[in-house]
Amino acid sequence: MASLDIQGVTKCFGATQVLHGIDLAVQDGEMVVIVGASGCGKSTLLRIVAGLETPTSGAVLIEGQDVTPLEPADRDIAMVFQTYALYPHMSVFDNMAYGLKIRRLPKAEIAARVQEAAELLSIGHLLERKPRQLSGGQRQRVAMGRAIVRHPKLFLFDEPLSNLDARLRVQMRAEIRRLQKRLAVTSLFVTHDQVEAMTLGDRLVVMHEGRAAQVGTPMEVWSRPADTYVASFIGSPAMNLLPASLAEGGAAARLADGTVWRFADGARPGGEGREVIVGIRPEHLVPNGAEGLALAVELAEPLGSETVVHGRLADGTALTARVPGAVVADSLRVAPEAAALHVFDAATGRRLDPA
Amino acid sequence: MQKKVIFRGVALPVALLLPQLVITGIFFFWPAGQAIWSSFLREDAFGLSREFVWFENFADILTDPNYLAVAWNTAIFSAAVAVLAMGVALFLAVQADKAIRGATAYKTLLIWPYAVAPAVAAVLWLFLFHPQIGLFGRALNAAGIAWDYKINGGQAMTLVIIAAAWKQVSYNFIFFLAGLQSIPRNVLEAAAIDGARPTRRFWTIVFPLISPTTFFLLVVNLVYAFFDTFGIIHALTQGGPGLATTTLIYRVYVDGVQNLNFGSSAAQSVILMALVIAMTAVQFRFIERKVHY
Repeated sequence: MASLDIQGVTKCFGATQVLHGIDLAVQDGEMVVIVGASGCGKSTLLRIVAGLETPTSGAVLIEGQDVTPLEPADRDIAMVFQTYALYPHMSVFDNMAYGLKIRRLPKAEIAARVQEAAELLSIGHLLERKPRQLSGGQRQRVAMGRAIVRHPKLFLFDEPLSNLDARLRVQMRAEIRRLQKRLAVTSLFVTHDQVEAMTLGDRLVVMHEGRAAQVGTPMEVWSRPADTYVASFIGSPAMNLLPASLAEGGAAARLADGTVWRFADGARPGGEGREVIVGIRPEHLVPNGAEGLALAVELAEPLGSETVVHGRLADGTALTARVPGAVVADSLRVAPEAAALHVFDAATGRRLDPA
Repeated sequence: MQKKVIFRGVALPVALLLPQLVITGIFFFWPAGQAIWSSFLREDAFGLSREFVWFENFADILTDPNYLAVAWNTAIFSAAVAVLAMGVALFLAVQADKAIRGATAYKTLLIWPYAVAPAVAAVLWLFLFHPQIGLFGRALNAAGIAWDYKINGGQAMTLVIIAAAWKQVSYNFIFFLAGLQSIPRNVLEAAAIDGARPTRRFWTIVFPLISPTTFFLLVVNLVYAFFDTFGIIHALTQGGPGLATTTLIYRVYVDGVQNLNFGSSAAQSVILMALVIAMTAVQFRFIERKVHY
């Protein structure tokens, strides 16, 4: 258990810079999820923390101690890989005991620790098996067990759930979270899945092109995305982003077709006519009999209790809405909940808050 | 999923098999059969008469102290060649497996010796270690070490072992490198994070994971040392001094071609044949069972 500080970490592979200065402070016992599309540098960042890659500049501190020049072996961390990376020639027991044997723990204690971890993960009956005799979910548990028995300062997870089928993924997700809370080990979890990120993390780091686009609690990131990238990446289906300009002295937005949407929380700076992007989540578009925008339905995806409607406005702009119940009509009128509107600068994509 | 294709008629499958069967028959079964037959015969020195002697040739060989000395030579030679060739190849492969600058050139150069014919390889080593004209041979003598593999049996054995191993390193290197590259990076990284230093990682993770390759190469190298090193021995030492570097295969040649003792030579061939059959059987059995994990 320890705190983790990442200070100004950059990484170049030859001429390509994949990390442009990442700063992050993870508190003792906290679980921080690094989320982003593939190629955003999230795995590289994790590997730098693990010591498998060296940063081009910047430092990694565990418990306030600079570990940047240390080998992975000297950092007292544990990592769970996407491919599980179990030792194929060793039994489950030996896989979990490997790190303990290297640390020359007494045999009795090794056995006790492995047994304890195995029971925690309900793999006690598999200890004699070889990895190839296990299912994907069981391998995943063994990989977790191998990390747990070491009682490390830090858990690192590199997309550990991506190779599991959908149902198992949901189950393991909950299990990882429960374990992490129970053991209270500081953790970094890398994923490309925003649902995983939202449900697992105490805080999220949304990464985009080698930068941390936003750091915050899941609800902060969801309710106040820092820019258009975060806005479209977090939340499913993705947020609608519509080009507009400020109207009524900044207290409303005028869409391309002339519709005016008033903001509930006050005027944005920049004055009349400033080019902005207005964001509205599909679930915040409510069907509205008379005054709403007319949406021509192109595709309706029924999810049971609700329906995701993909459609187009009169001027051809694509718009997604999530409405209760089933949708059978060819068109419907929707209007935004005024309090749920997000405004971003059209040029930089940064969030605009009321002045 | 196995898909069974059944030919209609007999002519086509037979025609397809025929070339291979003819080659195997003429170049393998026929000479092998002749060897077995000759091993039961004894011929006079001028080749004028033959006599069927049952297992007398075998009995003579197996009670001949010289033959047993040669068998011992062969054991030493083969074990040394296999260990040396595999050890060096594994070391080089581990180095080549690291991402280093110029790795491709390094790999290409390492593969070259395999293309060198045994006799040529021997001449190369001869030019290096000949006591009078060899570069290192002269240097050794100049340094006060009495080096002459033509009179010192131990030195002769050392030289043929090194020459034979050198030629086999390339082959082993290719297989070891492929074996090393098939180990997932993540597994090694996991071991590093678990606290294992490079040496421990090698012995606890890498070495066990390439054990199928190692076992395969062990058999191949033993077979090589037994049968394919004739050229090197012949060009370097001709089995001498005395019997110091005579191996079983070399003695087959000496008895059969130089001493014209066909019966004994044939009987020795049959013993070697039995040996290679046994080794192949062991290999198939273990490879099929997958000794590794």
